[in-house]
Amino acid sequence: MARFELDLGEDERLLEPIAKTGRKFWILVAILLAIWLFGMVGYFTQLRKGLQVTGLNTPVYWGLYITNFVFFIGISHAGTLISAILRLSQAEWRRSITRAAEVITVLVLFFGVGCVLLDLGRPDRALNVLKHPNFSSPLLWDVTSITIYLICSTIYLYLPLIPDIAILRDRLGKRQRFYRALALGWTGSEKQQKLLNRAIGIMAILVIPVAVSVHTVVSWVFAMTVQPMWHSTIFGPYFVVGAIFSGIAAIIIAMAVIRKVYHLEDYLKIIHFNNLGILLLVMTLLWFYFTFAEFLTTYYGAEPSHMQVFLSKTEGEFAPYFWTMFVTCFVIPFAFLANHRTRGTVWGCVVASVSVQIGMWLERFLIVIPSLSAPRLPMEASTYRASWVEWSLLAGFVAMFILLYAVFTKLFPIVSIWEIHEGREHSVTEVTERVESYLPGVAESSHG
Amino acid sequence: MARWGMVIDLDRCTACQACVVACQVENNVPPTGADQAELGRSISWLRLAPHGEAEHGTRPQMHLMPVPCMHCDNPPCTKVCPVQATQIGEEGLVGQIYARCIGCRYCTTACPYTVREFNWKQPDFPEPMEQGLSPDVSIRPKGVVEKCTFCHHRLQVARDRAQLEDRPLAEGDYVPACVESCPAAAMTFGDLEDPNSEVSRLKQSQRAFQLLEELGTEPKVTYLSKGEWGGQV
Repeated sequence: MARFELDLGEDERLLEPIAKTGRKFWILVAILLAIWLFGMVGYFTQLRKGLQVTGLNTPVYWGLYITNFVFFIGISHAGTLISAILRLSQAEWRRSITRAAEVITVLVLFFGVGCVLLDLGRPDRALNVLKHPNFSSPLLWDVTSITIYLICSTIYLYLPLIPDIAILRDRLGKRQRFYRALALGWTGSEKQQKLLNRAIGIMAILVIPVAVSVHTVVSWVFAMTVQPMWHSTIFGPYFVVGAIFSGIAAIIIAMAVIRKVYHLEDYLKIIHFNNLGILLLVMTLLWFYFTFAEFLTTYYGAEPSHMQVFLSKTEGEFAPYFWTMFVTCFVIPFAFLANHRTRGTVWGCVVASVSVQIGMWLERFLIVIPSLSAPRLPMEASTYRASWVEWSLLAGFVAMFILLYAVFTKLFPIVSIWEIHEGREHSVTEVTERVESYLPGVAESSHG
Repeated sequence: MARWGMVIDLDRCTACQACVVACQVENNVPPTGADQAELGRSISWLRLAPHGEAEHGTRPQMHLMPVPCMHCDNPPCTKVCPVQATQIGEEGLVGQIYARCIGCRYCTTACPYTVREFNWKQPDFPEPMEQGLSPDVSIRPKGVVEKCTFCHHRLQVARDRAQLEDRPLAEGDYVPACVESCPAAAMTFGDLEDPNSEVSRLKQSQRAFQLLEELGTEPKVTYLSKGEWGGQV
């Protein structure tokens, strides 16, 4: 059987988490499974009794489930999109972070889709979406777009995994059959490597428009109705920006945890946090710009039905959430990231990122609930208070996401070994040549 | 082809709610109980919407207007349903296919009139009510959306009867339960395509207006009032 010969050197230690599993891991698994089971209790309660066990009512037909749906789909923008952009722009510092990012996308997408299934009154009929599709419904655009994104990002995660799986097949000595099947006979020959690079290149370009479309159509679920403060042309780009914003924050948090748990300080360096911190700072400012544009336009239009929702957010019953969102989405991340002393530390970036996650969840909540709470025709509306079932399912989903992520790090290297290796072997000279080619006095190569 | 529509004269309406009760009985609308109603989960296909008008220095007036499904010619609900469970029929009635609905509640959120109802729980009819259920209307299971149908089953009965008697459908053959029950004769129902029908005549009135007509949904329910209601509701 052909082997994949690669001198790993010090990168050998990236295999450690897969080779050895300590007691701490199993304790974590047990805790997370317990939280998941709690969520399942909530779900079976809901299946048995119907959606009366939630806090939903007429006219607040949508609540936490749809908030979480938009939030999870937003986070899914982390990995694939950021990784694709970094690859295409030949950002060399990407090598140790792309894998950790791509896994987030694939896993979290399942939970995004899961949230919609939780919300259905008749989950047993979910396949009607395929049997009787109505292509004029934005929900069907979601189904289409998210399915394509899931397929593309799974392929995009898998392709760069192949050489690393071959390393595991040849060196690990356990789960042989599993790795052999997934390695697809990888030997690292020049032909294979060329083919792989090409495939990764194509997928990196392909996933970008798909990723943009995903969050755009999620926003269109709201924007295509005539409801106050939903029916807005800014929603598509606003959601995409928000998604990338919370996505980058998710990568930073994941990286900080991996770095600490697996002692990868040498791979996930301060420079990585600093660079992602700058990206997050840019998104913070973009988020502020979009939010400001959205609210100022509504305020000047001053249509009564829109103003009713507007005021409920800025000074009415949702004001505490709204201003917390403003502080956590803008003030805190801006303060921590604009200052290079806090941005240049892991904890500084993590504080900003956790703050962004809270803020972006609140933003999703504030998009879904206030508009439904203020219908155009006056009616007796009761306040929406999420029930324990809804919270238990959020907790269960988050727990299961962390669990699957942790399991992934036990099955595959969370830092791409061959790409680091490639960086050591080739990039240094390649980048020097590239930089030289930018300068005057050097002949341009044919493909620039 | 007929286009069924309704006219509600608010100057005649006494807000007695006979229409609301008639609708509940006719369409097997399940009672939800006080605790669920408190949580905003009661179902009614036809509700009385409050509308206050209080100008400074005048006596405040509270109006109540009956709001059934508007059966819009351009319905915002049908286009968003992912499974085609709600559709507008040839005669303009907006129907709901209970057996297909997945309960995503997109239509309920898209409807600007908030007239679509969701079954938050399994319907439960207390002992004596169960015997009074109408056999013409199916009972909806938990987890699906339901709504006013303009008593569509009555149209089928009326059409069958006319066919048996070998005559075309005449005005007054098909009337929803709410219209029939109104003691003040504030509600009128008929064919909007027929220029001589009562509804067509009333629609021409100076007092006529439609709810949220600025949204372009083209409702087939028209209101009459000499007060200034239109547009500002």
